[in-house]
Amino acid sequence: MLGIAGTLAVLTILGFVILPAAVVTLAAFNDKALLAFPPESWSWRWFAKALAYEDFRSGVRNGLIVAGWASSIALLVGTTFAFALDRYSFPLKRTLEAVLLSSLIVPHFTIGLGFLILAAQIGWARGFAVVIACHVVLVLPFVLRSVYVSLRNLDQKLELAAASLGASPARVLATVTLPLLAPGLVGGWLLAAILSFNEFTASLFVTAQRTQTLPVAMYNYVREYADPSMAALSVLYIVATATLLTLANAYLGLGKVLNVESRR
Amino acid sequence: MSSLAAERRSNGRAVAPTTADSDNAAVRLLGASKRFGKVVALDDATLSIRRGELMTLLGPSGCGKTTLLSLVAGFLVVDDGEIEIDGKRVNEIPTYKREIGLMFQNYALFPHMSIADNVGYGLRMRGIAKPDLKRRVAEALSLVRLTGVEDRRPHQLSGGQQQRVALARALVVSPKVLLLDEPFSALDRNLRASMQIEIKEIQRQLGVTTIFVTHDQSEALSMSDRIAVMFEGRIRQVGSPDEIYRRPADRFVASFVGDVNVLRGRLDRVDGQAIVTLGAAKISVPTEPLARVQSGDRVDLFIRPEQLRFANAGGPIAVDGIVAAHIYQGGYVNLYLEAPEVCSSRILVRSPEPDAISRWPIGTRVGVSIASSDAMAFEAEPSPQGV
Repeated sequence: MLGIAGTLAVLTILGFVILPAAVVTLAAFNDKALLAFPPESWSWRWFAKALAYEDFRSGVRNGLIVAGWASSIALLVGTTFAFALDRYSFPLKRTLEAVLLSSLIVPHFTIGLGFLILAAQIGWARGFAVVIACHVVLVLPFVLRSVYVSLRNLDQKLELAAASLGASPARVLATVTLPLLAPGLVGGWLLAAILSFNEFTASLFVTAQRTQTLPVAMYNYVREYADPSMAALSVLYIVATATLLTLANAYLGLGKVLNVESRR
Repeated sequence: MSSLAAERRSNGRAVAPTTADSDNAAVRLLGASKRFGKVVALDDATLSIRRGELMTLLGPSGCGKTTLLSLVAGFLVVDDGEIEIDGKRVNEIPTYKREIGLMFQNYALFPHMSIADNVGYGLRMRGIAKPDLKRRVAEALSLVRLTGVEDRRPHQLSGGQQQRVALARALVVSPKVLLLDEPFSALDRNLRASMQIEIKEIQRQLGVTTIFVTHDQSEALSMSDRIAVMFEGRIRQVGSPDEIYRRPADRFVASFVGDVNVLRGRLDRVDGQAIVTLGAAKISVPTEPLARVQSGDRVDLFIRPEQLRFANAGGPIAVDGIVAAHIYQGGYVNLYLEAPEVCSSRILVRSPEPDAISRWPIGTRVGVSIASSDAMAFEAEPSPQGV
């Protein structure tokens, strides 16, 4: 149907999408202490080294702390605002929406720098609070969007029906609204957590030695060394994320989680 | 019946209800109004719904019928007036404390719950113990003739089955009033007719007070004990289907409910009676709608198609027209006549005679007489082209 040229074009595009991950994956198994492609001899040893390297271990730990807190706070805040935007009309609604989504427009380094200046003023520059606050701002638009779409897809007549059957507002929320929003909430949280764990630019500004997240630790590492442990780490990262999304897909349905599928 | 007459006379304007009325009323609205910004969705509605009756709110979209239902359900709060359920003022009572049952147009079944959990939802909210709950869910499902689907999810059922579940869910809590919001519009024609009969039977059997919202006049005529016809936020008339059909209170009700011909005639007042002269025919009509019309003035005569007869059946000829079209309907034939001097559109005559098409072919001039006394006359509209 596409013809040979068309097929080739599609394959080329797909190739370019997969290429970086493929190159890095192969490079990770290079026995030599070089980031080279293609490798000449094969080894698992860079995986062992990456897993043992203290900065990476603390980077993962810090990253999980930051991602966990930031995405949870963003979920709470984002859900509240999504409800307000979906259910109520009030003055400056558009403005509120614009402010909440503004971190999509403002560059990450600006947000990071801003938080750094503020944190330095109040003497918080070395703690987790500033990193978490910064990440909340960065992931909020994604959570807001995800929950908002789920709310739009939720038939409000279901809540009215529940109320007519004697459910108080709190019980409507617990038995109808939240269960039906769950995929959107989990999806929003997951997306936020992945984005936060991955975030580099702003994190570079707001993390200190004690709080540096994995991407920052990787950056610091690659400035000094050029062995394949970076590539090994990337492979581990891809595998971990893929596993997480596969599980989410199995239990919740990926289409629903990422809100690419309409439920109407 | 006195309250009924009062309501009819009032045309929806607030009228002090009689005590007999309030004792017997399951739901009452007293001068209820609701505005959305500048739009008056419901204007000073007074309506009393008796225990066990099926009251239909009938009107075109935007007439305020859904607003009225939402006020009774507690989804909206009145700006003025009172809402009473079971003799108790409920203006400020939230929906979940009103003990109502509700069935939406799209059924609004909980998609994440099994059928049994859907039906049992209201009982769980009332803290009914499990064995009792199970028994009552089973009873409700057998009432709507739907068993063996307890463990399925709503999306696995057909539209008709989903409707039965929605009905069971609303009825299982023994509501003080059952609210039906356009329940049949999502069903296909055949299923719709059978569900109408079935729901009416269940309603009668349980004696549950029911408010039924529809824009479909034939649905309203076939299902209701009484009908409240609404238009532009006002209740225009309340009455039995027969009263609404045969004695419409105004032009709007007469044209909205059933087919009707609007013919231009002249009013004569004889001994306090109102007589409309149309051709050689003199038709006696109720005087109430004609209070402002003088003898000799032009009036619009509203007459149903089945009240018109071809002149060969006898009687003075009221209208002479030319047959313009036939529509064969099986049990009867609709004939459309053109008579521009008395009717700005085509006159519809319904003939039960199977050979009507061959007897009165297109182009034939035919005289029509008026067979029954069920005609109504209203003040002529300012522009004769108006109807």
